[in-house]
Amino acid sequence: MAEKAEILKNLDEKYKYGFVTDIEADTVPCGLNEDIIRLISAKKNEPQWLLEWRLKAYHHWLTMKEPSWAKLSYDKVDFQALSYYAAPVQKKQPKSLDDVDKDLLDTYNKLGIPLKEQEALAGVVAVDAVFDSVSVATTYRAQLAEKGIIFCSISEAVKDHPDLVQKYLGSVVPYTDNFYACLNSAVFTDGSFVYIPKGVKSPIELSTYFRINAKNTGQFERTLIVAEDDSYVSYLEGCTAPQRDENQLHAAIVEIVVMNNAEVKYSTVQNWYPGDKDGKGGVYNFVTKRAACRGVNSKISWTQVETGSAVTWKYPSCILQGDNSVGEFYSVAITHNKQQADTGTKMIHIGKNTRSKIISKGISAGFSNQTYRGLVDVGANADNARNYSQCDSLLIGSTCGSHTVPYVRNRNKSAVLEHEATTSKISDEQLFYCQQRGLTEEESIGLIVNGFCKEVMQNLPMEFAIEAAKLINISLEGSVG
Amino acid sequence: MSEPILEIKNLSATVADKEIIKNLNLTINPGEVHALMGPNGAGKSTLSYILTGKPGYEVTGGEVMFCGKNLLAMKPDERACAGLFLSMQYPVAIPGVATNNFLKHALNAKRKYEGLPELDAAEFLKILRTEAKNLNIGADMLKREINVGFSGGEKKRMEILQMSLLKPSLAILDEADSGLDIDALKLVADGVNKLHNENNALLIITHHLDLLNHIQPDIVHIYADGHIVKSGDKSLAIELEKSGYKTFVDAE
Repeated sequence: MAEKAEILKNLDEKYKYGFVTDIEADTVPCGLNEDIIRLISAKKNEPQWLLEWRLKAYHHWLTMKEPSWAKLSYDKVDFQALSYYAAPVQKKQPKSLDDVDKDLLDTYNKLGIPLKEQEALAGVVAVDAVFDSVSVATTYRAQLAEKGIIFCSISEAVKDHPDLVQKYLGSVVPYTDNFYACLNSAVFTDGSFVYIPKGVKSPIELSTYFRINAKNTGQFERTLIVAEDDSYVSYLEGCTAPQRDENQLHAAIVEIVVMNNAEVKYSTVQNWYPGDKDGKGGVYNFVTKRAACRGVNSKISWTQVETGSAVTWKYPSCILQGDNSVGEFYSVAITHNKQQADTGTKMIHIGKNTRSKIISKGISAGFSNQTYRGLVDVGANADNARNYSQCDSLLIGSTCGSHTVPYVRNRNKSAVLEHEATTSKISDEQLFYCQQRGLTEEESIGLIVNGFCKEVMQNLPMEFAIEAAKLINISLEGSVG
Repeated sequence: MSEPILEIKNLSATVADKEIIKNLNLTINPGEVHALMGPNGAGKSTLSYILTGKPGYEVTGGEVMFCGKNLLAMKPDERACAGLFLSMQYPVAIPGVATNNFLKHALNAKRKYEGLPELDAAEFLKILRTEAKNLNIGADMLKREINVGFSGGEKKRMEILQMSLLKPSLAILDEADSGLDIDALKLVADGVNKLHNENNALLIITHHLDLLNHIQPDIVHIYADGHIVKSGDKSLAIELEKSGYKTFVDAE
């Protein structure tokens, strides 16, 4: 029984990112209406076209219903009880990291991304840190600018590069796309903007760190990445949120445009607060991520490790429009206690000789429920399209659930589509073998699960892969016993 | 005389309510090599599982001391770290887990238990390469996923490699010879002999005399119906090879 108590203790302690930073926040009143949207837009000194776009989105949103087709059950969000803007109050606009609020920087240090250190650590990763809704500091900007790469918050991009933003914003995920995307379009407050000019390969990995801090705020960030002809960029996104009893809403959009011969790698490690063991609190993660491979020979690769959030609704997708374009989706989703995840991808084959690959690894433990939901769609003109899908589920214990819902729609006879799926449990034999070699039960599970996820983990950039492996072990603490 | 490594007293155990070990007694002292021989289904592997703590078996009576500690009260990983090793008859595959990574975890678990600092990748690889070379295990095999697609012989050599890394006080070899050709058998036996010294002990579970011609046993036990029916020196194994188990089991 002492053992049980210890496991419970581990569970309580496991979310080490559950601290709140005490910084005054500039928030707008709760509720959503035209005035709030005008207020947000005014606070951000936005141009008229953007305000009008927001308002169109808002009016469209009023006609939409929250989707209910996902295999998720949760208390519906009261959208009028949320505050749609929270910016940390700073004395003046930061010119460099030295001007950034010290408490804020401490928060990032706790998260393990010491910005100052990173700047000194010659050229590893450039970080755009989004704290609640406003992007706080962007490192390495100058070095990137020399190559013509734009990496800044989307608010700055609206001011400094309005033509680019106006051209591409909403071009991959229109505001009419879905309920949450529409809401985001009306109220998004910040996010990252990346522009890689023609022929440029980003010399470093670009990274954004998201964190929800203020109470009762939704986080509606919006990321836009444009990769021009013959360019390349690898982009990393990491997320955490403080531990709170109430549910926090996160409804983000990521849009990616990939032109001729360009390649974008987008990696996510998502560790939002998952709620406690009884399912109280935790983040609602309702996210729309989509990439359009518009150019010939273009390539997008999504890699995600999802261990957090109480409820996840997320389908990073690829529109393979250019001939010979390639879409990849590598996913590890771990759910424990009462977490729920309905996640997968869409591969839309439009161009000729387009190829896609889906590798999905789902691990369920405790009383959690998980669904892989995917669509492979081959259009009439997508000659010789190919897809390979592999969906593997691993169950730990006997009270969790795993479901696989692969949709396939094919309108071209030359397409070759393959789908493989397995569901397995961690075998007692494997556990015993590891333990007989001296590994504790939890170490054994960590090792077996990391092995199960190998094909996905090896697609993550090195420093991310190490963090993700640790995260998997933490997420499954106390899953047996 | 020094303390026994293993002392089994009146051990009884059941699996799924069926009595499978009946009042078993066995003492193994440092430096000794014991062989346990018996017909199929006598419960030899079961004994090895009960000693190493595999779930699914219930001890209904008796006690087991291992190096002075109450073995049955320890978790399987504690038993392993304390120096009990089982070379398994059918080592299980763990997809996605590289062999060298697995072995590093195992050795570091033991070092942690002993209060020694954990080895980093470079230090570990140096040790691993030396030990692997002795067993004719190449770098390629160490990069493969553990036991995935390994041949019978490769699996057995991998078990002995782990034994040589972990240097247990007592190694139980459960049919370490099954499925091996003559060369592979010699390789395994040489590996085991190299590790054996006056401070550790071996318990060899086998059907055949072959392995015992390569690893000399001090004591041979004939095991049937859940307990030891006769013990003797190596001549007992030779006699057994001639006349079969029937003589011993019926004579009881």
